[in-house]
Parts: sequence; structure tokens; C-alpha cells
Amino acid sequence: MISIDSSVMNTEQFDLENLSQENTALQIRNLDLRYGEKQALFDVSMKIPKKQVTAFIGPSGCGKSTLLRCINRMNDLVDNCHIDGEILLHGQNIYDKQVDVAALRRNVGMVFQRPNPFPKSIYENVVYGLRLQGINNRRELDEAAERSLRGAAIWDEVKDRLHDNAFGLSGGQQQRLVIARAIAIEPEVLLLDEPTSALDPISTLTIEELITELKSKYTVVIVTHNMQQAARVSDQTAFMYMGELVEYADTNTIFTTPKKRKTEDYITGRYG
Amino acid sequence: MGKWFKSGSPWIWMTGGAVSISLIAVLGLLLLIAWRGLSYFWPADVYQWQLQDNQGKRSTLIGEIYDVEEVPTERLISAGHKFTQDPGEFVTRYLVKTGNREFVGLDFRWILATDILERSTPVDVAMLERTKNGNFYGYPVAVIEKGQRLALEDVEGELKRHIARAVALSDEAVSLQKKDIGAINYKLEKLRLKERRFELDGELTAERKQQLATQADALHQAYLVLEKQLFALRDEAGRDAVVVRDMRGEEVTLPLDSVLDVTYVNDLGLLGKLGHWFVGLGRFVSDDPREANTEGGVFPAIFGTVFMVLLMAVIVTPFGVIAAIYLHEYAQKGAITKMIRIAVINLAGVPSIVYGVFGLGFFVYMLGGSLDQLFYPEALPSPTFGSPGVIWSALTLAILTLPVVIVSTEEGLSRIPSAVRQGSLALGATKAETLWRIVIPMASPAIMTGLILAVARAAGEVAPLMLVGVVKLAPTLPIDMNFPFVHLERKFMHLGFHIYDVGFQSPNVEAARPLVYATSFLLVSVIVALNLTAISVRNHLREKFRSLEH
Repeated sequence: MISIDSSVMNTEQFDLENLSQENTALQIRNLDLRYGEKQALFDVSMKIPKKQVTAFIGPSGCGKSTLLRCINRMNDLVDNCHIDGEILLHGQNIYDKQVDVAALRRNVGMVFQRPNPFPKSIYENVVYGLRLQGINNRRELDEAAERSLRGAAIWDEVKDRLHDNAFGLSGGQQQRLVIARAIAIEPEVLLLDEPTSALDPISTLTIEELITELKSKYTVVIVTHNMQQAARVSDQTAFMYMGELVEYADTNTIFTTPKKRKTEDYITGRYG
Repeated sequence: MGKWFKSGSPWIWMTGGAVSISLIAVLGLLLLIAWRGLSYFWPADVYQWQLQDNQGKRSTLIGEIYDVEEVPTERLISAGHKFTQDPGEFVTRYLVKTGNREFVGLDFRWILATDILERSTPVDVAMLERTKNGNFYGYPVAVIEKGQRLALEDVEGELKRHIARAVALSDEAVSLQKKDIGAINYKLEKLRLKERRFELDGELTAERKQQLATQADALHQAYLVLEKQLFALRDEAGRDAVVVRDMRGEEVTLPLDSVLDVTYVNDLGLLGKLGHWFVGLGRFVSDDPREANTEGGVFPAIFGTVFMVLLMAVIVTPFGVIAAIYLHEYAQKGAITKMIRIAVINLAGVPSIVYGVFGLGFFVYMLGGSLDQLFYPEALPSPTFGSPGVIWSALTLAILTLPVVIVSTEEGLSRIPSAVRQGSLALGATKAETLWRIVIPMASPAIMTGLILAVARAAGEVAPLMLVGVVKLAPTLPIDMNFPFVHLERKFMHLGFHIYDVGFQSPNVEAARPLVYATSFLLVSVIVALNLTAISVRNHLREKFRSLEH
């Protein structure tokens, strides 16, 4: 019942269990997460391959966004959130005490559900991350802004009004601007938390095309509750249910021959 | 009826009515003080009355009508007044401002309509505004120049010309006294303090003493020269005089250095009166007060009010914002934070006079006293910062308005969408960077709201200021041309206190009443102006940091 556009699919198949070190962007090991008394993630382990699009799917409240936010430690902001287990980036556990969270987040960028531009000009939004790093050289900033805006496929639309307020853009444009802002600091990993759920179908399509382009340079992890979207854009798909990672395989396999009953039920629309 | 209730119309009527009543109250208040205050500057007609009292004694009276009232005849009779014929149940009574204070004792007088034989508005009667003893009403008959009585055709024109000359000379004298002589006095005082300082430190060598004495001597020489100039100017200004026939029919000679202006009120057309009104208003706003504040302008009070409020704003904003940021962003969300927040909010309910007492005890005596001990020992025992002053007033009001700023800043901080904060954090910003670059700019409209409320409250406070810095008459402004130009230790005048002082402490309450209205109106205007400025800044910021709701 779900058509898969095979041209978008990555033909190269990984053995996700035994992914080699140089092909692994992130490794999640036995991750447990509790909000106070309530446990939200149960013993999640997975390897996320480099320069691929990995999608997390699952019904609402299954913990897919929570897992995503663990990867750049956004959950640190939540009071009484407790995490056990490891997430390895370059073989280093990001939850180690000596890890600089700001540096980690520069390496693992994130785009949120709703576009969240800052109340500044388009230009200042894009170069925000660079200015944070103390880069104030006009030429360098200009170059980075153009490169990022082109990278986020929005350059042609905004090049004549770079110094207008970012709120003047449409929702879809704002979301691409936010993506441009995230890639301006050249992270390795880009986390997308339901990036199209607040957008109209045409903007959604633009963003989806953008995502497929982004994977040539970045490792992309996307959370979506839209299964067609996962099928269209991702190379690997992880199905989560009730805080557990039920099944994780290449997208083709998940959507055509899922191994687990729960996955099949969800994919075929029996619940969720 | 039940249906009508259900439809919700009574509710709309009730809420609408409440708004209307508030509006009427506010507008009524503004209109009353504006009308009473502004009409004070409108030149009233000057009348001449022929009076005959119940003993048959005749007299002439010249003056302006200040007030009219109807008095029951019985009350007058029981007060001992005898009427030759029955005047009916009520008698009209006029309050007349007669001026000429030094000759008639009281410059306000009640006259009964029954005593009036005739009333006229002679065009050649003049109102002379003077630096002392209030207005003088009468007929100018001659001008005296250098002791010679001039035989003149055009008394009015010559008089105006001579007055203009005298006023220009007096202004020059005042400016010389205030600027040049004031500066020399200031420098002399500095020299004295310097010498005293050396003496205290045990470093007053003979050489230094000699040096200081030379400097002081030079200043003193300069002073003598200026003083001579000043006296010459004053003599020149007092050279001429005007002869005026007053209501008793006697000729009075008024030296022109005491006359500020002459107006032939009854001779003025509407345009003339309008011009007079504007000039009067302008003088009120720009002149120094005279005669125990009952005459002249209120410029020092306007300046003091605005200066003190701005100083307070400069102090309270950073403090309030920083405190709010700590409370909202960094403090643990526990019982203690909650208690601190409640305590802060409750601070706004403490009566302002209590802050005044605190300011006097803590700022003036403790802080100011210590400052004097540490930095100004040479001036002791006379205090520098250890006595009430504008800085202490500003600090006291800053504490008074701190809760307002804290509460509205916190509110502003909590309204910023967490998505924006997270967006910044996700780009590798630390919490502090996010605060500085995103959160505080976005909260700035709320901070401005707090500031607006603080300014509105502070500009209207009088009670605490009476303890920590306001005086009836400050000889100098807190800012002048003498180094270091801003003198925060000085006492200052304040419109609010001016109202109280003029209205209730003045020796001449009748004369002062319109001034009370005028000053009140001015105080309201100043506060409104301050607020409008702040509001326009806030709207500008709001436009810039439009929130994410779309």
C-alpha cells in the first residue's frame, strides 16, 4: 500500500549490525531515559551510518523525538530528565563529564518541528552560529551565508532581501532558512525533528528534496510521523514503539518485508 | 427579561459603563486642571470700581476679579454687616486682586455687590509685573530718567522702551552673577577645600600654601572686577523709574529695576491677549521662581523632576533586569525562589514614605556619611554627599520601583517561546550567549513596559523625596558649567513638592491657587511626555522583535 520511489533509495545496503567504524556517524548504546519516574526510552542501541538519511518512525509518544534530542543533548534542558547509556560520536561518549555541550551542538545541528527563526534579519539568522564562534569578518560571513542559503535551496528567493526581517518569510521558507542556519556552522550530523509537520504540501516537497541533497555532505537523522515521507527520503528506518526500538533496517526492508509483527501492523496502518 | 440577561447585553453594558466612568474621571481631572492651570495665564480685565460702604464712605478700587460667590444675606448680617436697604436673600460677593501689596496690606479683598456704585474698564490702566510685592495696578503718568521727570506725549511707548532696557540690563546682571561670579565662587571654594585637604594630610607646605594663596588672590581680583561690573549693571538698571497713580489717587514712584513688564490689559485685543498668554506660559516654563515660589516660573522644578526621574531610570533598569534574569533563568525553581519572588512583589506595596525613611537612614546618613569620611574629609563638618541630594532621591525611588521592573521583566522573559531559545542553544550557543543575543533583546519591550510603569510611579512620588533631597528652593541646578558639570550631591526642586509648597506652605494662598493648578498640569504633562517617549521606544522594539506567533 505504500509506493516506494526506488530512485530516491540508496542502492548501497549496509549491514547495520556490523557497520564499520569509519561508516558510523553515531553509535547509541543501551540508552535508557527517564523523566522523573516515567521511563521514556528502554535500552535503545543502534548505529547510524555516515552521510545517510536515517528516519525514526513510530506512533505519537513512542520516544522517537526524545531519542533524537538525546543526540545533541537537548534533553539536558528538561528538568529531572535522567539518562543512562552512551551515545558515541567519534568514539567519544557525548554524555561524558568533560564534553563541552556547546561544541557538541556545533557538531550536531538541529532543526525543529516549527520554524524558529530569530527576530533578526535573514542574514543575521544565518550567520548567528558563526558570530557565536567569534567570526566577524564581513567577507567570511557573506560567503558562509551564501553557501548555506544555497545549500538550503533558498538563496534565489532571499538573495535580494537578506537584510529584511526573517519573520517576513513564509513558513516553508522559514524552515529552509533554519536549515541554512544549521548548516552554516558545518555540522557533521543534522537532526530534523518532524521538519515538515507545520508546513503545507508544496513546502514539504521542497524540504524533502533538500533532505536528499543534504546527505551528500551531512549525516541526517529525521523524525517523522509521516510514513510516506520516511519511505521517500530515508535510507534507514528505525521503528520505535513505547520507548523501545522495535526494528531498525534499511528503509526498503522495513517497508516491504518487516521482520516484526508490530512494525508490519504500524506500516499497514493497523494502529498509530 | 430573562432572555435579555441570557443574551449577555447586561454584561456588555456593565463593562462598557465601567470603562466610560473611568474615562470620564480621567478626562474630567485633566480638563479641570488644564483649564484652571492654563487660564491663569490669560490676562483678565482690570476694573475700576466706585464703592460706597454702609457708612457712606466712598472709595476707588482697581483690580482683577478672582472669584465670585453668592453669600446668604443672613450670614453677612450675623457677621455684623449692616445694609442700608434690603438686598434680598443673597448678596453677590467678588474677590478682587488689588495688587499694590506694600500700600494696601492685603492684595486680595472681598467686595459686596451692594457697595458698588459703578464699574468701568479704563483702557489706560496698566498692570505692572514686579520682581517684588506682586503686581501693581494703576495709571502710569510719567517716566523718570536719571532723576528727571520726562514730559511725554506717549507714556506707554516710552515706558515700554525704558522697561525693556532695564530688563535687558537686569538679565545681564543675573547672568553675570550666576555664570561668571558663580564660577569664581565655585573655584574659590574648591581652592579652600584643596588647602584643607593638604592640611589634613599634613602636606601643606609653605610653598603650596603660597601657591594656593596666589591662585585665590587672582580669583579674588577677578571677582572684584566682576562685582564692579555687576553693581554698575544694577545701577544702570535702576536708573529710571515710573510714576503711577494708584487707586488711592496718589502718585507712586516705582524704580524700573523692579518692574518686569507692563501690560495695558483692557487695551489688548484677542490677539494681544493670546500673545500675552503664550508669553506668560513660556515664562512659567522657563523662568526661575520668585517671591517664595508664588510668582515666576518653575523651570528648576521641571528640570529637577526630569533629571531625577531619568537618573532613577538609569539606575533601576540594569538592577531590575539583572535581578529578574537571575530569578527567572538561573535560580532553582524551589520554595526559596518562590518566597523571594513574593517578597519582591510585596515590596511594591510598602508605603513610599517608608522608603523615604530608609533612604534617609541608609543612603544619606550611612552611605553618604561614609563617602564624606572617605573622599571629602576636607569639607567636613559640612556634608557633601552626607546630606539629602538628587542621587539619593534617585536611588530611593529606584528601590521603590525595582519590583515593578523585576515583575514585568520576568513576565517578558517567560513569554519568549522556548523554540527560539532552543534554536539558539542548538547552534552551539551557551545559555549566557542565548540570553544576551536572543532572549534579552526579545524581552526588551517588556523591560520598557516595566520602565514606563516605574517612571510613572517615580515622577509622581513626593513623600519620600521630602526626606532625601527635595527642597523648596534650590539655588543651583544639578547640572551646570562648573567641573564636573553633573553635581549629584546637590539638592533639587521637584514639581510635586512645588505643588505642595505653593499650595499649602505659601504666605499668600489666594495668589498661589492658580499656580497649583498650573504646576499640577505641568507635572502631568511631564509624566505624560516621559511615558510617551518610553512607549514609542517600546513600540519600536516590539515591531523589531515581533514574537513568533503566526
